[in-house]
Parts: sequence; C-alpha cells; structure tokens
Amino acid sequence: MRSNQVAVVGAAETTELGVIPNVSQLQLHADAALNAIADAGLKLSDIDGFATAVETPQQVCHYLGIKPTWVDGTSVGGCSFMLHVRHAAAAIEAGLCKTVLITHAESGKSMIGKAPRSIPADSLQGQFEAPFGVYGPPSMFPIPVLRFMKTYGITHEQLASVAVVQREWAAKNPRAMMKDPITVADVLNSRMIAYPFRLLQCCLVTDGGGALILTSADRARDFPRKPVYIMGTGESVETPMVSQMETFNSSRAFKTAGPLAFREAGIAHRDVDHLMIYDAFAHLPLFGLGDLGFMPHEETGKFIADGNTRPGGKLPLNTNGGGLSYMHSGMYGMYALQESVRQMRGIAPAQVPNAKISVCHGVGGMFAASGTIVFTNER
Amino acid sequence: MAEPQRARPKPTPETQHFWDGTKAGELRLQRCDACAHVYFPPRPFCPSCASRKVSIFKASGKGFLYSYVINHRPAAPGFTPPYAIAVVELAEGPRMMSNIIDCPQTPEALELNMKLEVAFETLDDKISLPVFRPAKG
Repeated sequence: MRSNQVAVVGAAETTELGVIPNVSQLQLHADAALNAIADAGLKLSDIDGFATAVETPQQVCHYLGIKPTWVDGTSVGGCSFMLHVRHAAAAIEAGLCKTVLITHAESGKSMIGKAPRSIPADSLQGQFEAPFGVYGPPSMFPIPVLRFMKTYGITHEQLASVAVVQREWAAKNPRAMMKDPITVADVLNSRMIAYPFRLLQCCLVTDGGGALILTSADRARDFPRKPVYIMGTGESVETPMVSQMETFNSSRAFKTAGPLAFREAGIAHRDVDHLMIYDAFAHLPLFGLGDLGFMPHEETGKFIADGNTRPGGKLPLNTNGGGLSYMHSGMYGMYALQESVRQMRGIAPAQVPNAKISVCHGVGGMFAASGTIVFTNER
Repeated sequence: MAEPQRARPKPTPETQHFWDGTKAGELRLQRCDACAHVYFPPRPFCPSCASRKVSIFKASGKGFLYSYVINHRPAAPGFTPPYAIAVVELAEGPRMMSNIIDCPQTPEALELNMKLEVAFETLDDKISLPVFRPAKG
C-alpha cells in the first residue's frame, strides 16, 4: 500500500466511558458512530464502507441504517480495528468504496446485550488449554511472562513500573478511569491475580466504544478536522493458544506486523514521536518495544523504569493512560487508535508537543493476532 | 447442587488418538514421515511441510517447566486457588499446557527449567488428562 493516500477524517469515542449500565453494546456502537459522523461533518448516507468486530457488520449497519458496498467483519480480538484501518485504506485506494466507518463497542463491564465468551469443549483450546484451569485473560495472557523475565533479566519492579508510568499519563486525562498516582510498591502490594501479575498490572474492565471514519487523502482536505494520514500498516496472526506460541521471548505476530508497518511508512524508530502499545497487561509494552525493534528486549524493562516513556520522556508511550488506567472494554485497540488520532490532531489531553508521527500497535487475543498503524499529520 | 466441574475436553476425530493414549497411560505425539517434524496439538498432516504422511508415537513423557502462572482469581470451576497453570516443553520439542502435581504451587518450588515427567489424572471413564510432576533423580 502507498503511504498517505488515505486519511482519518472522523474520530470519536462513546459519549461516556467507564460503567454504562443503561446502554446496550449495540447502542454503544451507534453512539460512537454518530459521534464520529458528527466529528467528520458527514451524514450516515455518506458512509459506503463499514467494518466492525464481534458484532457482525449486518447487525450494526442495519441498526444504524447504513447501506454499504464494502464490509469487513475481521474479528481477531482487540487489534481488529487496526486491521480494519489497514483493509479500509486498501479498499479506498482500490476504489471499492469512498468513505469507511469503523466501529467498536463493548459492554465489557455491564454486559448489557453482550454474549458471554465461551470455549467449546471440542475446540483445540477446549481440549488442550481449558482443562488445566485457564479462566479468562488474567490466567492466560501472563503465562509467557516468567520465561520472558528469565531470558532477558527483567525484574518484577520493572514490570510494576509500567503501571506506574501509565498512571502518570492517566492523571493528565479527564476521561481516564484511574487517575490517582501509584508507586512501584503499590503495584507489588496490590492483590495477587495470577502470579507474577497483581491487580494493578492487569487492565481495567469497562464499557465504551469508539469509531473512525476514513476517506481518500485528496478528499480529506475538505473535512472540518485536520486529516491524519495512514502512513504505514501491518498485520498478522499466530495462534489462538498462548501455550503454542513459537516462543515466549517475543510475539511472532508483533514481529511481523510491526516491521511491515515501519517499512511501508519508510520510517526509522528515531522518527517516532508518539507510541501506543496495547497494554492489556503490563508485559505487553516490553514485548512491543522489543518486537517492534525500538531496542533489544533486554533493555525494555530498564527503559520504562528509567522514565523514558513517561510525560516528558524521550518516547511518550500510552499517553491516554492505556488499558491499565484509561479504559479497557475488552478490545482496547480502538482506544489506542483514538489516542493516536488525537495526538496527530494536536488535541490530546496530554499532548506531545509537535508530534508528527504516531505508531499504534495492537494485540488480539493472547498474542494471537497483531496490527500496527503508522499515522502522520504531514503529507 | 453438584460441585462445578473442571472443563472436560471433548475429542474430535483428529484428536481421538491423543485421548485414547492418555486413557491408556501414554502421551502420544505425531511425527512427520517426510521431514521428521514432531508437533502438537494433533492433526493429520505436518504443519511444517504439509505432508499427510504422519505417524503417531508414544512420547517419553519427559520435559521441563517452560513457564507458568499461579492463578489466584478468578479460579476456574473445579480448581482451588492458588494453582499453577504451566507450559511444559517436551523432550521431543512440542510444548503443552498442563498442571504440576506433587509440588507446592509456589514461585519458590516451581523453578523454571525444572525437569518434569508426565502422569495421568483420570477425570471420568472417557478422559484422562496429562499432568506433570517433578522428575525423580
């Protein structure tokens, strides 16, 4: 795909984020979509391409009254929306549609109109993982951590510092769920969830949603908001079973998607002004910094613990507070994308001064999938 | 009301040999006849070279502790926390999720790279699960 041919011209989250017991998941999709359409100055009838995950495109399109000529129901977990951006950019460039709406919404906390997750007993996960006591992401996602720590000499304190730094960012964000400062000791004394991870190293569980609108860069100039261009994209999948990853020392999906996006954008790591790495749990930024090639994995823990990713640091990371402190409805990728777009528009609550390139890296499932988008506000 | 039960695997035609094996006290893996790749979970072709000529064999049952968590909450039905969910690397190469028995479920006792050997835990008359214990000697 060519760089900067497609732009984000509309972006919004749901009116409320957090605990929203009076709105169904489907209506959260609509709320986010209507906010994004208003942000772009469009009408619903202008939308001719649509993508979403978990809910089907037909469900959300019918509810909204959209009549698309291009749809994408890619549903690979929390990074599905990064893949939607990539696919939508390709579709717009190919002339399959002109204006794409991507929605995410999840009643992750209140569970209103949300089907519970289940693992069929005759699936591979049902046969070869579920019988051994895995029960939800906290029991699965951290399984590689101890091996990763041993291989690279990462300490418990360094992993705790991920949560501390992100709370510093969240404190600057009025919409963040958790804003009170925390220390490494607070993290290491919080309730044990799944050793080695404690409560403050696990993501929040909230309700919310978000939506993006993409169109060609040539049309983007006519929209009310500053266009945010799609500079590079990457995607991959590895395995739905965390136990079957090639190695616990890195994520193959990360190592495929990330470098693809960098190559397509034609950028080096030193060009990155702002970075989002999907942080469902505290180890993900470490995997991401290493797998995306910012530094050897050995250095990732110290890099964060030393304050390089905190406000004022040289590589601002997860500037909304992340899944650990901002919000996490279950599929957090949309919120990471929203923050990258805000940073590129120059309107983020914790704005990185003069940021021109933002990298947004997502994970799906337990290292099952990955998508990376490089954004820029210059063409 | 009956106690909530541990999740029970339901075999498919492609995995039946594995569960027949655990029932018989054997850990069965598959090896490609063409490229000798040993793999898991079961499937009737080689995920490395795509050959359909593959053989089932009895694995040594030996391995080492690759990684784990000790789950505290929420606990899966049928489990009493804290309990370790482990990934074992088998001597033949593949890794599998399992539990560690005959060992305290603590970070001190569960040392990465510790040698393990397979044991079988009978769930019912159809299913036995492969679990691992610290290897003797």
